[in-house]
Amino acid sequence: MTFGVLVFPGSNCDHDAYHVTRHVLGQDTRFIWHKEERLGDVDVVIVPGGFSYGDYLRAGAIARFSPIMNDVVRFANEGGLVVGICNGFQVLCESGLLPGALLRNASLRFICKPVYLRTEQTDTPFTNALRPGQVIQVPIAHGEGNYYASEEVLDDLEANGQVVFRYSTADGAVTPEANPNGSARNIAGIVNARRNVLGMMPHPERCAEAILGSEDGLLIFRSLVNHVLGAAV
Amino acid sequence: MAATTLQEPPVTLELAREHGMTDEEYAWMVEKLGRTPTFTELGIYSVMWSEHCSYKNSIAVLKTLPREGDALLVGAGEENAGLVDIGDGLAVAFKIESHNHPSAVEPYQGAATGVGGIQRDIFTMGARPICSLNSLRFGPLDNPRVRYLFDGVVRGIGDYGNSFGVPTVAGEVYFDPSYEGNPLVNAMSVGVVKVGQTASAIATGVGNAVYIVGSATGRDGIHGATFASEEISEASEAKRPSVQVGDPFTEKLLLEATLEAIRAGVVVGIQDMGAAGLTCSSCEMSAKGGAGMELHVDRVPQREAGMTPYEIMLSESQERMLVVCKPEHEETLRAIFEKWDLHAARLGHVTDDGRVKVYWHGELVADVPAEHLVLGGGAPVYHRETRRPAYLDQTAAFNLATVPDLDVADAAPALLQLLGSPNIASKRWVFEQYDTMVRTNTVAGPGPSDAAVVRIKGSRKGLAVKTDCNGRYVYLNPRKGGQIAVAEAARNVVCAGGKPLAITNCLNFGNPYKPEVYWVFKEAVGGMGEACRALGTPVTGGNVSFYNENPTGAVFPTPTIGMLGLVEDVERHTTTAAFQAEGDAILLLSPAAWQHRNDLGGSEYLAALHGLTAGDAPHFVLDEEKAVQEALLGLIRAGLVRSAHDVSDGGLAVCLAESVIFSGALGADVALPALDGLRLDAVLFGEAQSRVVMTVAPGQVAAVQAALAGQPVAATPIGTVGAAGLRLRVGDTPVIDLAAVALREPYERAIPAAMGH
Repeated sequence: MTFGVLVFPGSNCDHDAYHVTRHVLGQDTRFIWHKEERLGDVDVVIVPGGFSYGDYLRAGAIARFSPIMNDVVRFANEGGLVVGICNGFQVLCESGLLPGALLRNASLRFICKPVYLRTEQTDTPFTNALRPGQVIQVPIAHGEGNYYASEEVLDDLEANGQVVFRYSTADGAVTPEANPNGSARNIAGIVNARRNVLGMMPHPERCAEAILGSEDGLLIFRSLVNHVLGAAV
Repeated sequence: MAATTLQEPPVTLELAREHGMTDEEYAWMVEKLGRTPTFTELGIYSVMWSEHCSYKNSIAVLKTLPREGDALLVGAGEENAGLVDIGDGLAVAFKIESHNHPSAVEPYQGAATGVGGIQRDIFTMGARPICSLNSLRFGPLDNPRVRYLFDGVVRGIGDYGNSFGVPTVAGEVYFDPSYEGNPLVNAMSVGVVKVGQTASAIATGVGNAVYIVGSATGRDGIHGATFASEEISEASEAKRPSVQVGDPFTEKLLLEATLEAIRAGVVVGIQDMGAAGLTCSSCEMSAKGGAGMELHVDRVPQREAGMTPYEIMLSESQERMLVVCKPEHEETLRAIFEKWDLHAARLGHVTDDGRVKVYWHGELVADVPAEHLVLGGGAPVYHRETRRPAYLDQTAAFNLATVPDLDVADAAPALLQLLGSPNIASKRWVFEQYDTMVRTNTVAGPGPSDAAVVRIKGSRKGLAVKTDCNGRYVYLNPRKGGQIAVAEAARNVVCAGGKPLAITNCLNFGNPYKPEVYWVFKEAVGGMGEACRALGTPVTGGNVSFYNENPTGAVFPTPTIGMLGLVEDVERHTTTAAFQAEGDAILLLSPAAWQHRNDLGGSEYLAALHGLTAGDAPHFVLDEEKAVQEALLGLIRAGLVRSAHDVSDGGLAVCLAESVIFSGALGADVALPALDGLRLDAVLFGEAQSRVVMTVAPGQVAAVQAALAGQPVAATPIGTVGAAGLRLRVGDTPVIDLAAVALREPYERAIPAAMGH
């Protein structure tokens, strides 16, 4: 299968995502420059972390106007798999592929640290290798990760099972203390209604090798491989 | 086109003095030029001969440092950063630099542009930065101005580095009244490049094109280098416009474009524009190549209208490079920078007359001999007067007997107080504002490791890196303090599993025209040199920052060391300070002759609990240090060491407590020998050097002892890894029994509480 990793000016986790899908999982992976107009033949599009366009107007706000994003929207609307990580999540919200927005962290400071996530949904292409309720440890690194949506939208997300990850304690309790950035309902990651687009603030590509202290993030990439190649979980 | 006729003020001695030049320097300039300089030429000379660019008051002393080594691919000062061969066809470029004065008046941008500047020094050599470090000093946090500076500096470092996409993996932060009003902000970058694919800061090939690439040029940072060459005072606030403004997004684009251009083979020479901007880069590249340049600076992309050639030559606008390129490669060069939406403007070409000629709409406005301007060429070199400072007699006369020893009952409260001292307390508040993991190479980041370890993808190897300097030691004994700065940085690298290879240094001192300051400077550099020779870690370059004073005097002399170490097998050798398994033996690795000493000199204990900066720097002997480091590295490489943590600030008790704090559900049961004439406070909190607490699997203690046989070191069993918490006896007396949560409370709370979070 083939992963495509978008590269915007200011992307800086593009190589990290590439490293995991290409070198850790051994799947074909290629970079897709933001000035391209077509994604080409890919199974999964990764919108990586970083500071696209310096995040100067608002995180992700300019990247959505890059030429390649038209084709990402088309791809998603045709059921293609799209993963937005950190800045990528912000880009997907800005481009309307996912509901809601990411505000400044409640602390008004950038935060980089490992956090615990409780898995809320396992019937997605991104989480089929996880167990319901499974707690994984994944780092965050963002200044604007405070998930916001109207109460109506949040209720819809809950009702449709679109909340995929929540910030939790090590034993899975969803508490205010476990919420690092003030996100509504401790939301760390969501899918769209069709369940083919995932956005998450934590960085699974940063914890996909034992030498980095955790392989939990690999479960998300493995899920995608399972889904596309039909391999046994 | 606007009027191009240039009205420049006439140059006089008075005007030269206003530019910070001495009468003698003005006379040299006029003599060499054979005429009165133009206004633009005066600007060029004054900034090139500023302390910051010329090293005129330090270079004679710096040349005493060891700068040779088999692994060094370029010598100190030859390029923008040192370059060390690490095998497998790879080299590491690394350097540390100060941004103290800008940070004192505009902490956010001052620190941010410090980070940006040091990254450019690395990638201008063709190396991709893989990690950043820093070393910070502030006054006490009860001063609101200090909190403003601390907060701004940390945000500035974070915002720049996080956006640029290089992890900030290690550093140090100290607080002391001597730094009040003049904080120290030292930034270090480390990059990796394939041997043979480096770029050089040189201009060669008559007729080759000279390009300015990157950001447009504005009026920011004019005379930044001159500003950095004088003392901070109340008037410094007016120098705020001398501080540059950083744009990490553009720097990220500049990084990618620069590396792409170098890889494409279209770069003859390249230098970043830091201090003194276009002036310094054009003069240094020309002088290095024995060439000259003709520059039409009206072609420089400009941010604002009406800039003069003087301003353009002196602007320190960030995120710019000067590139020399063969005519047949110009099209490719322009295409690469266009791809990254960056300017690339052809300013002129390389000449063979050794002169930098600056034109403004066709009019020659400056014509200077490059060689005459640069360090190592015609720039002034001064040997300053020295005088041993009188304060040393007072500090050395300190009698420890005047301080009562600790009662046993006060030992645990003293430990908790030390853990809550901002100098020892967790710097989590700082490092969680930095992206410590981007690029997914951080094997050991800030926190439970004496040095950071980053892997090099595609290789078994990793780098262990650390910044270090205890300014209090240097203040109390400049020579020994200089030695310890190098030794402790090396010891930290060894504790993390690395072999120390080489250093970069950032020498932060007061006004060199004060003989006492200069005496301390010479002594400290002398001590550093001795330690570098003994430990086999040559100096690859760095930076000198003088004039770190505030109205009450000079800062602690602070020669910050940036140590580069090589971890041969990053999976097997990386070691942290966290205990690994219950039942492991805790050993104190020390010189064979002693384990504990009646030594509290320069200790955090005396400073934090008794308000004393007194005595000598702690016990330190180079041969002992070398033996301990060699022994530890051997044990780690033999796979015998499970954790290692050096005994430093706060002494043995703090060292043990920190490992307990880092170890989750594990703790320590420790039994030290009866005092036998030693002071309890000295045994617990003394900072005598060359000691490491390490843990070893219970079955391997004998193997450790066997491996150390014949070496002048001892590995003394002092306890066992047990349940969470620290329980410590001295002889038969229980002295400390504290739960992990009690240890963590002051350690984790101190800095957030001081900052109001």
